[in-house]
Amino acid sequence: MGGQQTDAELPEDHDFALWEKRVDALMVLCSTKGYFTVDGLRRAIEDMGEEAFETMSYYERWVAAVNQNMIEADAYTLAELGERMEQIKARGPTYGEATDG
Amino acid sequence: MPHDHHDDDFHHHGMSPSGHPYRADDDHPLTYWQTMEIAMRELLTEKAILTPAEIAAQIDAMDSREPANGAAVVARAWMDPEFKSRLLANASDASREMGFDIGPMHLIALENTADTHNVIVCTLCSCYPRNLLGLPPDWYKSRSYRSRVVKEPRKVLAEFGLSLPKGTTLRIHDSTADMRYIVLPARPKGTDGWSAEDLATLVTRDSMIGVGVPKSPS
Amino acid sequence: MADTNVETVRIKSMMPPGHIRTPAYLRGKCGVIERNLGEFANPERAAYGLKKDMQTLVRVRFLMKDIWGDAAENPEDTLDAEIYAHWLEKVS
Repeated sequence: MGGQQTDAELPEDHDFALWEKRVDALMVLCSTKGYFTVDGLRRAIEDMGEEAFETMSYYERWVAAVNQNMIEADAYTLAELGERMEQIKARGPTYGEATDG
Repeated sequence: MPHDHHDDDFHHHGMSPSGHPYRADDDHPLTYWQTMEIAMRELLTEKAILTPAEIAAQIDAMDSREPANGAAVVARAWMDPEFKSRLLANASDASREMGFDIGPMHLIALENTADTHNVIVCTLCSCYPRNLLGLPPDWYKSRSYRSRVVKEPRKVLAEFGLSLPKGTTLRIHDSTADMRYIVLPARPKGTDGWSAEDLATLVTRDSMIGVGVPKSPS
Repeated sequence: MADTNVETVRIKSMMPPGHIRTPAYLRGKCGVIERNLGEFANPERAAYGLKKDMQTLVRVRFLMKDIWGDAAENPEDTLDAEIYAHWLEKVS
């Protein structure tokens, strides 16, 4: 990253959405409890490659990386995750409705 | 707000079906990654790895960390030479001494002087003194800042409105590993006799990252 | 392991794949040790959940001209980075 040519524009600030704060909290709590290290998180983000940097937001990359590390730590299985995500989608079309269950 | 509000629409009374108020960011279409966040949180709670109270407390702690914490540390260092010595020797301990919960963070304070100006960056990811200043601004996490500030820092600082004299040595600090950094900016002139509270109002977030300087007393 | 008592060091220019906290733009460059930070877990193992391997971590200070050569914006400005000892080699 350091020294590479990129576009010059610096982005504006934005307030963090609730789901982003929750991702941040999951990262802090799960790493504090020893499920992974900050290096494990960074490694998972790097392994997503350049394309992820272009197509995913900051906390989208983070939630993917926290999940990758929790799968590797055997906290839950991919099948459990996938089935739960299907149930959540069925609850409603917005984040608020899907969260409220 | 991009959304229309109709009084006859249940959702737009501001309450969810379970009777909780909607947040402004709750009524956008659910994304794949948001779905993953909800699923992870539910699974981790059910497996007793986390509790909802822990998650709520962590978000509260995050929300309470803001640049004002760092500003209080800077103002104290301006007023109290012995505290400043302790801050420069071990910024983690000095911050804890002021009651800030900075966790296991290893913090180094970098002092700006008449002939030295310091700037912090993390070229590899987005390391930031978040336990003291809160979450990093978007530009700090951007590729543009991370790639350019190590190669053309004076040009980047000029875009922030900061022009350094030629004689000033600029020191860039890349947070590559286990340390986090905070810049101790120089105390503005014309603030003799000011209280710590008043001094702290001059200390901006950007001045503690090094892309700005404190406000001038008005 | 490299001797961290020497003042001037060169960052190894090797390019293995994987999670590495030595920035590519500093590899092969020379700087001086600004301070010793103590022992920290080697991220190249921690990233993969392997057993902790403590490594000496130092801050190395580079002159901009030693990183970017003639392209340096202001040659005498500096850049400091934290580098693990196994990435350092002695400059003779």
